[in-house]
Amino acid sequence: MSDPQSWVPTDPRSAPSREHVLSGLKGTDEGGPELVQLLTPEGVRVDDERFGSWAADVGVAELQGYYRDMVLTRRFDREGNALQRQGQLGIWVPLLGQEAAQIGAGRALTARDMAFPSYREHGVAWCRGVDPTELLGIFRGTDHGSWDPIEARFHLYTIVIGNQCLNATGYAMGQRFEGKVGDGPDAEATMCFFGDGATSQGDVHEGFVWAAAFDAPVVFYCQNNQWAISVPLEKQTRVPLFQRARGYGFPGVRVDGNDVLACLAVSRWALEECRTGNGPVLIEAFTYRMDAHTTSDDPSRYRLADELELWKLKDPIERVRVNLVRELGVGPEFFDSVQEESDELAARFRAFCLAMPDPGPERMFSEVYAELSPQLEAEKAAYLEYHASFSGEAS
Amino acid sequence: MSTTTLAKALNSGLRAAMEEDPRVLVMGEDVGKLGGVFRVTDGLAKDFGEQRVLDTPLSESGIIGTAVGLAIRGFRPVCEIQFDGFVFPGYDQIVSQLAKVRYRSQGKVPMPVVVRIPFGGGIGAVEHHSESPEALFAHVAGLKVVACSNPDDAHWMIRQAIAADDPVIFFEPKRRYWEKGAVSDSAPAPLYSSRVVRAGSDVTVACYGPLVKTCLEAAVAAAEEGRSLEVIDLRTLSPLDLGPVFESVRRTGRLVVVSEAPPETSVTSEVAARVQEECFHSLEAPVLRVTGFDAPYPPSRLEEDFLPDLDRVLDGVDRALEY
Repeated sequence: MSDPQSWVPTDPRSAPSREHVLSGLKGTDEGGPELVQLLTPEGVRVDDERFGSWAADVGVAELQGYYRDMVLTRRFDREGNALQRQGQLGIWVPLLGQEAAQIGAGRALTARDMAFPSYREHGVAWCRGVDPTELLGIFRGTDHGSWDPIEARFHLYTIVIGNQCLNATGYAMGQRFEGKVGDGPDAEATMCFFGDGATSQGDVHEGFVWAAAFDAPVVFYCQNNQWAISVPLEKQTRVPLFQRARGYGFPGVRVDGNDVLACLAVSRWALEECRTGNGPVLIEAFTYRMDAHTTSDDPSRYRLADELELWKLKDPIERVRVNLVRELGVGPEFFDSVQEESDELAARFRAFCLAMPDPGPERMFSEVYAELSPQLEAEKAAYLEYHASFSGEAS
Repeated sequence: MSTTTLAKALNSGLRAAMEEDPRVLVMGEDVGKLGGVFRVTDGLAKDFGEQRVLDTPLSESGIIGTAVGLAIRGFRPVCEIQFDGFVFPGYDQIVSQLAKVRYRSQGKVPMPVVVRIPFGGGIGAVEHHSESPEALFAHVAGLKVVACSNPDDAHWMIRQAIAADDPVIFFEPKRRYWEKGAVSDSAPAPLYSSRVVRAGSDVTVACYGPLVKTCLEAAVAAAEEGRSLEVIDLRTLSPLDLGPVFESVRRTGRLVVVSEAPPETSVTSEVAARVQEECFHSLEAPVLRVTGFDAPYPPSRLEEDFLPDLDRVLDGVDRALEY
């Protein structure tokens, strides 16, 4: 491995300027020599001395499974965008381009592990068994998340940037306090998802400090998609994000976030490190947000289309398809069946969305407290009575 | 029934809660070996071990944020914030997560977390050590906010707060930590209830935390002048339990609300608004307030001017009686 400090420019004037970055440097950035890769953008499977063994068991059936995961995730993600454009959702948060980063990590989690998402982790939700339709309420405005986070071992989406890094660390501390760290078959770990922008938040820093102080079994999984809405990575950090781990005293690894096998392998390794008491670990999944931040965003105001075109050459799904065809001899009927299944999922997703009822006004008051306060009880009763007074007017 | 200081009554309350439920954890800065800067957690680390009494990194957002995660895991964390003015790095986690996880999950994930905060002035401290930020928490839906004023309540209210399934911001009157009083053998009142602590007939005085003692002393002084004050310890600030206040005001027709906090958009203004809604026809005088000022807490050489004392409470009573 090359000197991790070598990236740091000795002369500040040699750092890439904003103009350089905007003119496509980001698109040509290969992630540096430390980038772990097991499947090249051209679809060639390669080995990695350190992490290759963690995906050695992945044969054609498993790779087909990850391909299916990614295609289905992308398909309902695109449907989410469309539903927003048609006025059925208030907003959608696209994950386009980050399918490998999320499926690789999500498939490395065991049923016992816990995951704390940000709000773009639709692919991780998929891997946790949360049905895509359960994500719709958040964006349609009918709920703040409908799945059971304890049962799914997938916390509700956290929208305040970085908050979940401390919540995940606390959860992982609890796993350790309960003796769920070690060589036993019931060992557990926690995975915390956040983005490059979040790394500037105090809560992420504090999460790193606390996880280190308590040897918490938590994998910090940073999807560096290069952009925090309109702000490029250079405004968040001088050093590659994975190198920050060194300052906190735990390992950091940069993985090709568009390579599902590499993401799987590094995540499996990191989770096992945590389960056996060697946590925490930081993973930087080096990827790209191929769509807008949300459906309310307009990337043409701050980045060049060329950059997206370059990243399309590194598409996370296409490289798996090429590998399946060229190296593993998978025929067109498989791809056709996945395509068909994805269209069925999208249709179900759409139909579910259109049929979602608005919640009644009593929902505003429910589960604010375990023990409803008398004043909220009074507010509820007064408003419901007021609301009911209009019920006869429409007729 | 035993007699002890407010700090020791809290300590015995924490100890009892930890003995009753192994999921109860105590966490905060210096709460372990040192026993907390006010010694409220003295001896707990020795007896329960460092996995249940956590000396944490110096980071308040971390204290609250990890407590939220521990609660998701099924623990019942009791967080100590060392001083009132240091809670604000944790305010984001309190408002955005602690207060909302239950609502967001529609009850699937309860948040049984207690945040203990020593509050109020009167100890000659430097800046940020004497504040009364309770309104900032009472305003937040999803939180419950209480303030103890004496050893009996300190012991029982902390036990009740830990047993509650809602997040409770628990204010402790730091200048009363060393005041002694009796602790009952069973809880003297439910957690979310106010109490008449001195019966009277001329003017109602509602107060909480450190100023309950001040108001009781004012009532003694007023009695010497032939004025009968009814003193009510609010105890719970969110939800407010104003039934006893309404009942009292309907008899006295006069209310003075007392607090160290700045008056603007405060617990005292909330009490005043609700009392005029409920007791409009009983009031003989406007609801008056005796409070700190709408200024930052002053340098400590001025704190006796800032803090309501016996004479300012009596001045408020006099003004209420002038109508």
